[in-house]
Formats: sequence, C-alpha cells, structure tokens
Amino acid sequence: MTETSDHEHLHQHDPGHEHPPQPDQDDTITYFKAMEAAVRDLLIEKDLITADQIREKIEQMDARVPANGAKIVAKSWVDDEFKRKLLANPRNAISEFGHDIGPIHLIVLENTEKVHNVVVCTLCSCYPRWILGLPPDWYKSREYRSRVVREPREVLQEFGTNISIDREVRVHDSTADMRYLVLPMRPKGSEGMKEEELVPLIGRDAMIGVTEVTV
Amino acid sequence: MPQFTVGEKVRVLSQWPPSPPIHCRTPYYIRGCSGIIERYCGDFPNPEELAFGRVDPKNLSLYRVRFKQLDLWDSYKGGMSDMIDIEIYENWLEKI
Repeated sequence: MTETSDHEHLHQHDPGHEHPPQPDQDDTITYFKAMEAAVRDLLIEKDLITADQIREKIEQMDARVPANGAKIVAKSWVDDEFKRKLLANPRNAISEFGHDIGPIHLIVLENTEKVHNVVVCTLCSCYPRWILGLPPDWYKSREYRSRVVREPREVLQEFGTNISIDREVRVHDSTADMRYLVLPMRPKGSEGMKEEELVPLIGRDAMIGVTEVTV
Repeated sequence: MPQFTVGEKVRVLSQWPPSPPIHCRTPYYIRGCSGIIERYCGDFPNPEELAFGRVDPKNLSLYRVRFKQLDLWDSYKGGMSDMIDIEIYENWLEKI
C-alpha cells in the first residue's frame, strides 16, 4: 500500500498496513540550487539582508496572480476612459490598481476583429510577472518558444484557438526591456455582465494571447 | 537620440558573433531580415555590456521592429498580413 499523504494515526493499523519510508530529500540539489543557497547564506551572514526579507520577497512574488491582470482587463471592458489610458500609458493606468512595475515598460496589445496578438520570449521567459504572476511552464518550453514564431496559427490551434485567415496574427517577441499584456476582446454574450462578473472569465492564457475569452 | 524613425525600413545585421563568450538579445531567426520600425521604446543600458557586469554600460536606443511572416519563413502557412514584432537594439540595425 502506498500512503503518501499525512493522516492522523487515530485508527488501528491493520496487519499489513505499511508506511514505506519516504526519501529524506524530496528535491535534487543542482549546481544552481547549491550556488543560490551558498550566496544566500553569505548575504545573511554578512548582515546585508535578513532571512525574513527573503521570505517576505517570496511572499510578495507568490501574491502576484493572473487575477490581477483580469481585473485590469475587466475594467477596460466597462470603462472606455480607463481603456484609453491603459493603451496610452499602461504604467500610470495600472498604478490605479496599486501595481508598481518598477523600471519595466509595459505595452498593452489590444485584440480586435482585425488583429489577434500573442506573446512569446524566444530568448528566455520574459513575462509581466507584476500583473500575471509566474509564467506557466509551457511558456518557458523550447517547443513553444521556437514554434510560436514560425507557425503561430498551428500553436494557437493546439490551445483550441482558431483565428480566421483574414484576421492578422501578430506575434510579439519579448526580447529586451518591454513586457506585454494582451487585452482580449470582450466576448459575445457578456453585454449585460458587470465588471466583477467579467473578472473570472479572463484567464491567464487569454492575457498571453493563446486563447480568447468566452462566456 | 534615436537614429531611426517610425515607419523607416531597416535591416537586422547579419552578424554571427560566437556565443558565448558574447551575450546579445537579437534572436538568430531575425538576423539579416528586413522590417519596419514600429516604435522607439526608449534608451536602455546595452545588454551586451550589462551581461558582463561592466560599470556604466552605454545606453542604446531600443525599437520594436515589425516583420512580415511571409518574408521570414519559406514555408509559412498563415495569412498574408501576419506579422511579428521584435525588440531590437540600435547597434543591430542598419538603414536600407
């Protein structure tokens, strides 16, 4: 029997109910993990940073989730003035939501009936983490990065997204200092919905541009 | 000051410095290709110096350059109007 979850030992053990030993180490120490640990320990030992500051930073990173981006998109669907500001000056517009994107420049790409935008970083994994959180694994994969620039329509199809041939597919390769947020089209059938009802419709993948938003 | 203006036709240098020891942010697939300046993004520290921790790297103008997919790939199967926009630093661009 393989029992890997924690459970309370209030029950009587049946004969033959065994707990196979779990490996002591649940992760592999790679070269870079060892280097990170060594540098971290040195920084703490030399009083340059504290362990609590590192913990706090990780907590901040984990608090960044795609729902932050969804709120921005939903507001732009119901508030034309906000949408105008978001497209013209994304940094100022999203500061209304309390997001400080630091030195990074954000570009908002509006999907329309004529153009569908999709984002990739062919060199590594550049991503607007401040508003979408950590990138998904597929975004960092060699396959996505190499294929979406040369056969974007096929890749979109694999995500279940069919873009008609008369609509332009525009790929954005995030190679340097810009970061990108796709502003998806408001879906048909959502006309009567309020801003807060729209938010849960807007997924991370639509803001990368590999899907469209549906009701 | 940026050397190129929006709408100007440019070509990405067809240079192939060995990598490593160099670091650059110009993908292989776009070298030697021609496109149009979509926008000037601002001036940023040269990543080719930044990568080696050099003090006071020179600022370079950064652009977004738009390319026609049909010009990039012989076997491209998408629409005639499909495009790709890439950020390219000025030191990798030349006027046509």
